[in-house]
Amino acid sequence: MRRYVFRRLAQAVAVLWAAYTLSFLVLDFLPGDPVSAMAGGGLDQASVDPAQLESLKREYGFDKPVLVQYADYLGRAVQGDFGNSVATGQPVTSVIGDALPQTLVLTGAALVLAVVFGTGLALAATYTSARALRQLLLSLPSLGVSLPTFWVGLMLVQLFSFRLRLLPAFGNDGIASLILPAVTLAVPTGALLAQVLAKSLFTALDEPYVQTARAKGAGRARVHLRHALRNAALPALTIVGLLVGNLLAGSVVVETVFSRNGIGRATVSAVTVQDIPVVQGVVVFGALVFVCANLVVDLVYPLFDPRIVVASATRRRSLV
Amino acid sequence: MSQTVVGDPALNIVPEPDPRDRSEATGWNPARGLDLHRLARFLLRRPGLVLSIAVVALVVLAAFWPTLFTARDPLLGVPSDRFQGPAAQHWFGTDEIGRDVYARVVHGAALSLKATLIAVAVAFVVGGAIGLVAGFVGGWVEDLLMRLVDVLLAIPALFLSLALVTALGFGTVKVAVAVGIASVAGFARVMRAEVLRVRHATYVEAARSSGARWHSILLRHVLPNAMGPVLVLATLDFGTAILAVSSLSFLGYGAAPPAPEWGTLISTGRNYLANAWWLSTLPGLAVAATVLATNRIARAVDGEWASQR
Repeated sequence: MRRYVFRRLAQAVAVLWAAYTLSFLVLDFLPGDPVSAMAGGGLDQASVDPAQLESLKREYGFDKPVLVQYADYLGRAVQGDFGNSVATGQPVTSVIGDALPQTLVLTGAALVLAVVFGTGLALAATYTSARALRQLLLSLPSLGVSLPTFWVGLMLVQLFSFRLRLLPAFGNDGIASLILPAVTLAVPTGALLAQVLAKSLFTALDEPYVQTARAKGAGRARVHLRHALRNAALPALTIVGLLVGNLLAGSVVVETVFSRNGIGRATVSAVTVQDIPVVQGVVVFGALVFVCANLVVDLVYPLFDPRIVVASATRRRSLV
Repeated sequence: MSQTVVGDPALNIVPEPDPRDRSEATGWNPARGLDLHRLARFLLRRPGLVLSIAVVALVVLAAFWPTLFTARDPLLGVPSDRFQGPAAQHWFGTDEIGRDVYARVVHGAALSLKATLIAVAVAFVVGGAIGLVAGFVGGWVEDLLMRLVDVLLAIPALFLSLALVTALGFGTVKVAVAVGIASVAGFARVMRAEVLRVRHATYVEAARSSGARWHSILLRHVLPNAMGPVLVLATLDFGTAILAVSSLSFLGYGAAPPAPEWGTLISTGRNYLANAWWLSTLPGLAVAATVLATNRIARAVDGEWASQR
């Protein structure tokens, strides 16, 4: 078990390092001259003073060879220093840290909604014996993943804020302003969860242990919840990392639609002014969240399914 | 029943390689030819699929010959006709400077289809190449490439595209390339799995032992036989790419304002949500219908066609 934990931790760190390296390559290396991009992309588009450009270059270390730059940046990143925002001068970590609580509230609320409705939908679709109803319920998730998230948000605003005047259209104070964004964000995530869960529920219901339970006289509901759902939940657990990543990415669009403060909105404004340090910080943060979510799943999984530690590496990969 | 759920595109889960199913699934086995009778029976039982094919056909037609659908200019506004609701005169209404929204949606199909095709092509070519090299060469090259793929999977796709957009700049083509690169990983995985499956097949061994060069083995034996599932994945990727491209253009990184890109249309309509509901609603419906249709077709290509008897 300890070896298993250690290997998972090492993998997580390796992926993070690689994600940092990749974002460095894409952002600091690809565009010919990041400094002029920064200076030109800032608030003042007009003129860039050559002397100022030189000092900027020195400050960011662009006069040194790329490998030296990279080692330098990586060394600072390990200590939690991702540089300063070019647009505001604020440290990247505090840009993300300040925005984090709002995004956590939004994604947390959306996750709860997605799990409740996604699971409910999958259970209902696999439980009902009416063919037409089942078809209808099963078509809902495919609909949910096909709708553009921003459009769903705009439609909800139109209906509930402008027509019915029930909920505020934007802002982030209070529960009322959280409802529409959380519902919007929960649609694609819940639909994804429902798809995976319905599929594994159907598989589980075909297993011999379900027949055994039925033969022993267990009722349909009991078989469904106690036997099938328990086993079907395991495959669904493997997509938690994907779900969390989707939620975080979805917050970019949802926060823009509803003008909420948060990481997504900070990202959009950073991309718009080509604020490279902030974009890089957000990319690494996204990878960190994904890696942590997967790490938690990896560590929790053996508690539910002890077989996993024995044949860990190959099996897990085939499941994902 | 579970088939319909298995193949859903947005899952982005690598389909299990099942050699028999796959080669049949694509229905392009030249030796067997296309069985018209079977095709007709298949379609007749699935009115939704026929409708989806019709929707996609309309979008493609609109992209290449927009004048078939509308004679109006998508960029020319008639100020006296501002903010007219949908009616016989203007099917989708008019916008804030009196442009016909229907004409803009029709003309926008070209930009959106172009971006989607570029995105899927980039993902297919780059991902396929990575997977092909990894599977065929093996050794440390394979390890290195597949670790790269793991990292690509670890960064949420939208963040990766946003980073690429930051580096490349704004515009439809750049956004499309960014979206394509962000979905390279899935293609690389499937291609590698297929190459590994094919590499040790008897006919490859036979070609090798009869003295064929490595490149001829790769191009004539391995690649054609590994291609099927990757093509299926490409059809699955269409819907995802349309959504990703429209999200990025909604955020404002796509075509510059007067151009009628679908995501941009929805985002400009956002400012008039309270008094002109049609500006965002109807272009959004066009996007949703297109994505639903491509997803439905992809699902048919992925599983149903092969499982039908």
